[in-house]
Amino acid sequence: MKTICLYFEIHQIIHLKRYRFFDIGRDHYYYDDYENERTITETAEKSYLPALDTLLGMAKEYGKYFKVAFSLSGVGLEQLEMYAPAVIEKLQELNATGCVEFLAEPYSHGLSSLANEESFAAEVKRMSEKIKDMFGQTPKVFRNSSLIYSDEIGAQVAAMGFKGMLTEGAKHLLGWKSPHYLYSCAMNPKLNLLLRDYNLSDDISLRFSNTSWSEYPLFADAFVEKIARLPEEEQVINIFMELAALGIYQPLSSNILEFLKAIPACAKVKGITFSTPSEICSKMKPVGTLEAPYPVSWNDEERDTSSFLGNQMQREAFNKLYSVADRVRICQDARVKQDWDYLQASNNFLFITTKPSIGLNRGIYDSSYDAFTNYMNILGDFISRVNSLYPVDMDNEELNSLLTTIKNQGEELEMKEKEVARLQAKVNKLEAAAAKKAAPAKKAAPAPAPVVEAPAEEPKAAPVKKAKAPAKKAPAKKAAPKKEA
Amino acid sequence: MKVLQFGWEMSPHIYGGLAVASYGITKGLAAQGDVETTFCLPHPFGDEEKHMNYVAMNEVPIAYRDVSYDELKGKLKNTTPEQYYQFRDHIYADFNYMPVNELGAMHFDPGYGKNLNEDINNYSIVAGVVARTLDFDLIHAHDWLTFPAGVHAKMVSGKPLCIHVHATDFDRSRGNVNPTVYSVERNGMDHADCIFCVSELTRQTVINHYGQDPRKVVAMHNAVYPLPQEYLDIPRPRHDKEKVVTFLGRITMQKGPEYFVEAAALVLKRTRNIRFCMAGSGDMLNAMIDLAAARGIADRFHFPGFQRGKQVYECYKDSDVFVMPSVSEPFGIAPLEAMQCGTPSIISKQSGCGEILDKVIKVDYWDINAMADAIYSICTNQSLYEYLRDEGVKEVDSITWEKVGLRIRKYYDQLLGL
Repeated sequence: MKTICLYFEIHQIIHLKRYRFFDIGRDHYYYDDYENERTITETAEKSYLPALDTLLGMAKEYGKYFKVAFSLSGVGLEQLEMYAPAVIEKLQELNATGCVEFLAEPYSHGLSSLANEESFAAEVKRMSEKIKDMFGQTPKVFRNSSLIYSDEIGAQVAAMGFKGMLTEGAKHLLGWKSPHYLYSCAMNPKLNLLLRDYNLSDDISLRFSNTSWSEYPLFADAFVEKIARLPEEEQVINIFMELAALGIYQPLSSNILEFLKAIPACAKVKGITFSTPSEICSKMKPVGTLEAPYPVSWNDEERDTSSFLGNQMQREAFNKLYSVADRVRICQDARVKQDWDYLQASNNFLFITTKPSIGLNRGIYDSSYDAFTNYMNILGDFISRVNSLYPVDMDNEELNSLLTTIKNQGEELEMKEKEVARLQAKVNKLEAAAAKKAAPAKKAAPAPAPVVEAPAEEPKAAPVKKAKAPAKKAPAKKAAPKKEA
Repeated sequence: MKVLQFGWEMSPHIYGGLAVASYGITKGLAAQGDVETTFCLPHPFGDEEKHMNYVAMNEVPIAYRDVSYDELKGKLKNTTPEQYYQFRDHIYADFNYMPVNELGAMHFDPGYGKNLNEDINNYSIVAGVVARTLDFDLIHAHDWLTFPAGVHAKMVSGKPLCIHVHATDFDRSRGNVNPTVYSVERNGMDHADCIFCVSELTRQTVINHYGQDPRKVVAMHNAVYPLPQEYLDIPRPRHDKEKVVTFLGRITMQKGPEYFVEAAALVLKRTRNIRFCMAGSGDMLNAMIDLAAARGIADRFHFPGFQRGKQVYECYKDSDVFVMPSVSEPFGIAPLEAMQCGTPSIISKQSGCGEILDKVIKVDYWDINAMADAIYSICTNQSLYEYLRDEGVKEVDSITWEKVGLRIRKYYDQLLGL
């Protein structure tokens, strides 16, 4: 029995503002708020809300038959929270129907999977937690930014505990094989791979409203017929796209939502079901492993990372950015961490591409050089901020060991504090007991003083603790007389 | 196919960009094999490359003088006595009232003389003799100085006239056109059967400001010749500590030198390890020196003066960034030359050459912030510098005069109904 795996990605970058080199060191705010608000509200109005409404309608109409998966990038989610919370409410409503699965992806929608394992793991974890917070699901399947996948990334994702991962059904990854099966990662066969069928996916996301396309106009029955006509053994049809494809890339006037709405009815007739990625991972067995020594992605005809890292400029920007990855990870500065998320978004690298890209909207940038210059200016300022946090001449390892020491000491302090609290409680108890005893006498007041001294005698009393100890004492002292009264 | 061309300059004697362009166009046409060009020059030096025939306009008689063969042999430098006699047979009016010399010919200063209007008129008179003497199928006149000559030749011979607009007075004057120049240009264009413009930018000026029919106006972008080995071998000095940013060209209003100075001032406010160099001469040189001093950057801003021949290429090679902030540049061959030398270029969006260049940074000439930013970016980001250097050479190497020659030839064929 064939099954359709429908998945949508929700991501919007934080647009960078025009940032001249004169601003380096003077201005630490890098974002174009107006543009951010404009794009996110426009996308929400024209695409996210109507599309989610349609999907909600489908979920309600078909009950458990219809399944759909989403992933959100952290930066996109932040923007939705800020400017279009209605979209999040819609997603939660959709989530309540029980036919939605949420996948994990890197928080920043960046390329950390290609650069820094720890940063990558950290931001995936952060995103998973955020999804858990918002939708109550712990993602079990992972999708990387732009579906970037290689053996090494696969192994790392498997190690993070995911049971499946989405990637592009690229020709150079599959060779003669078909994307309509479940595969597994060559370096860790426990990780299942779901491959995007780019023909069927692009029929919707890329070509749907193109009047010069030979299959125009595409109707749901014809589309489902295409799927039904695939060989019997080919069972998994993965249709992945950005949610913005519905409404932005393909305008609503093309009736793309009507098309989408009609798909389940047509599929039901043909006996085709819908599944979420994790259902596929648990129900089916992978037919074999796929080797990907070089990263693949869903971008461009080449389906590799050349649109992000194809030229020297992109590589320099990439290397410069991730050269501070470790420092950012160990730092505690919230604004640096936030900027780090926003600067990583892969779109920033896409703007610098020199490949002849059709329909690439570079936003405020004239050209790739302009995009590069602006990004490097911002990066220059950002890196100097990161460097100012810790001495530059100290290498990361040394810094890390120092930070570990500090962290360990912090933990030690925490333990000591607990100890203090425990003892304090004991003291209180004793006090209370003493008070009870002394109640008839009504002369308990001087009693606590010598006992309270005890915690201050603890070994290695750090200055922090000293400061805190009296603070803790205060309420205890106050509490005591209250009880007495 | 025989083409009679009128020009004012020819390599290797360069007074402006016209010489290089005229050389390239004629050379590109010569590469066609069956195009035979006769090029009229007011003051040839005799050392021009012989890929075509030349007519020395200062040795064409316009008034009858009885000079013996031997005497001619001694006095003519670029003309044979036979040619002289042929021209003398076609004198069409009595020009004895003109200040002719003992051979009955006019004198032309090399380059651009003091009384240009008179020179243009004289050139046109001589062109009448030439057009009556020679046999040709087509006329091709370069730049407005030779338009009257082209029109005269067309009147005399009835052959189709192509004119080549290398610049218009709108470019040179930032809009305040000289009415005399405008009328000369306009008259040439009105009589032309085909107008070649060095860029789409110029084409639009010709269509909109000179009221020409868009159908006969075509953009014919210039190209560059591969650098000779001698220039390629010029070493590129290493600039690890200090970068050099160069402006090279006439220091006149058209070239926007003040924007370069202002951008330099902005860059130097933030960083000191960049030097700026403004090579060339022109009527705004002193004003620019004053401006640099007023901005307090004179210690980092240098004026090496006019560069000639090989010096130009040494200058490019010694630069990390080449900037051409022209306010209105019909084409602008300099950035192509800089790119050939492997120097990344920043050009104004108001430059015609930008239409065929992709591996350059384009900014509005007035946007000194963007210009400063681009300069700083190339100086500090090695990858951008390397990308523009390597890709720039590749791009500019694919722009050849042979391709231009082929395109011009196509229009010649059209005009002749071939």
